[in-house]
Amino acid sequence: MAGYLIRRFFLMLVTLFGISVLVFVMLRLVPGNIADILFDAAGLIDTADKAKLEHDLGIDRPIIVQYGNWVNGLAHGDLGYSYVSEKPALQEIAPRIPITAKLAGLALLFSVAFGVPLGVISAVRQNSALDYVLRVISLSGLSMPAFWLGLLILMACVAWFGTIPIYTDPPKGFWNTLYLYSIPAAAVGFRSSALVMRLTRSSMLEVLRQDYIRTARAKGASLRNVNYHHALRNALLPVVTVIGIEAAFLMGGLIVTETVFNIPGVARFLVEAIRWRDYPIVQNLVMFIAVVAVGMNFLIDVLYAVLDPRIRLSG
Amino acid sequence: MASIDLAPPPAAAVDRAESIWSKLRYYAASHPLGVIGAIIMLVFVFAAAFAPWLTGYDPIGTNPRVALSPPSALHVFGADAMGRDIYARIVYGARISLAVGLGSTFLGSVFGVALGLASGYIGGWVDLVIQRIVDVLQAVPLLVLALVMAASLGPALDNTIVAIAIPLIPYTARVIRSNTLALREQPFVEAARAVGMSEFRIAVRHVLPNTIAPLIVIMTAQLGAAILTEASLSFLGLGVPEPHPSWGRMLSESAAEYVRTAPWLVIFPGVAISLAVFGTNLFGDALRDILDPRLRD
Repeated sequence: MAGYLIRRFFLMLVTLFGISVLVFVMLRLVPGNIADILFDAAGLIDTADKAKLEHDLGIDRPIIVQYGNWVNGLAHGDLGYSYVSEKPALQEIAPRIPITAKLAGLALLFSVAFGVPLGVISAVRQNSALDYVLRVISLSGLSMPAFWLGLLILMACVAWFGTIPIYTDPPKGFWNTLYLYSIPAAAVGFRSSALVMRLTRSSMLEVLRQDYIRTARAKGASLRNVNYHHALRNALLPVVTVIGIEAAFLMGGLIVTETVFNIPGVARFLVEAIRWRDYPIVQNLVMFIAVVAVGMNFLIDVLYAVLDPRIRLSG
Repeated sequence: MASIDLAPPPAAAVDRAESIWSKLRYYAASHPLGVIGAIIMLVFVFAAAFAPWLTGYDPIGTNPRVALSPPSALHVFGADAMGRDIYARIVYGARISLAVGLGSTFLGSVFGVALGLASGYIGGWVDLVIQRIVDVLQAVPLLVLALVMAASLGPALDNTIVAIAIPLIPYTARVIRSNTLALREQPFVEAARAVGMSEFRIAVRHVLPNTIAPLIVIMTAQLGAAILTEASLSFLGLGVPEPHPSWGRMLSESAAEYVRTAPWLVIFPGVAISLAVFGTNLFGDALRDILDPRLRD
């Protein structure tokens, strides 16, 4: 197992290096940098001023030097300065992380709490009316854009309560926080629960088809016992992997949902930074998101190796 | 007599045609949800193809006098803040959605198949390098990668297609690679090699056609994802630019504000996106059941 995990860890580092190069190069292919935007906005045309600004921001140097400076800074915990606010990028990004983390955690909780049991029920009663209804609901959940679901929820709030639970000031107290976060978390989590449900269902169906399930039934074990003791235990293993896939899947939902609900988390910040061509923020944020996604997948590989004797004993 | 031997009996041809139809009927009967999906997809293709005949309004023509007017006999889905007919914009928007959806799915598949086939068939260091590229593309969440790509390419219809196609590449490449790895060991590949066929020709003429079934399954699934991603990009203002009537863009500008004052601006474009993607997903699910033998009972 150690050999397997060391190999996975090494591959993870290679992937992260690749992402850093990709993002860095992509952002610099852009026609028009921050200096152009600021000058267009202010209506200035003095090329000397513009050259000075470019020099101050360091964007007149060769791309390899810029990349080297960035990676060197990352190693020392220095993420550079935001072009827009002129504050250290770390100071801009760090306070937004807990906001998104809370939202993502609640959404994940929502998706597992609904997705796993409904997926199991759907598989156990395959091709029943209930199975069809659950499948259509989960498929429609995957078909709805997360931002539209958010807008529909806002609409329902207007109709029923006359107000919109939109984020204006940081919430105070546990219940207030839970109230403000749970609605957008439900908007993100609904889509994820649809994904979890489908994967749980197919994983459960796969297991129910196995010989040892037939053996258990033949030996006279009750249907209930077979379904929930023999099958569910084995079906849940692949579902663990889903949480890794979810890290990436949730991010897409968070980006648009934070925008709809006006939540000042990292996901919305990424969109703002992209609009402003705030390179230091964008490249560090994408790197952060990639580290979280790749790190999650690595942790799940570890977890899987621990849980599944086939991997634990073979590697 | 010789001519009779060479020409296939006409009756056989009829039999074959009948068997295709009976097969289709059989699949349709066993996958009612897939049929519903196919019908929904056809409706959207029809709307895209015959948009000018389905509405008398110009999707980009503004009319300040009807600005924000609610649904009525004149404007069945109402009008937006610039007085543009919502129904006309949705009908013409099907063109944008389909163009971006099909365009990016196709582009992503071309690169995904090329990379997957090369990776699986050649193997060795080519496989190693391609798999690391695939790892990198797969590690960044789809919408994040599409956002950064869209921003770096600039707002335009073709750039949006490219920006969505690139995050779709890794999955296709992975599946085609694993299929190729299995096909490479098949006796017919060895037979082709024995008769002196070049490796490139074997890969393209013998291995590639056998990956079509999984490819079709992937492409239908990705079509839905591509339509959704286009809507998200345009909603964030980084996708298809004005004056194109994009469904996602119709929801973007101050949509949260219209939730209170003009809900029809929010409801109809969202229904269009969801229905189109829902139809694709239903159809894709049925197709996967039929084409993917691993899932067959």
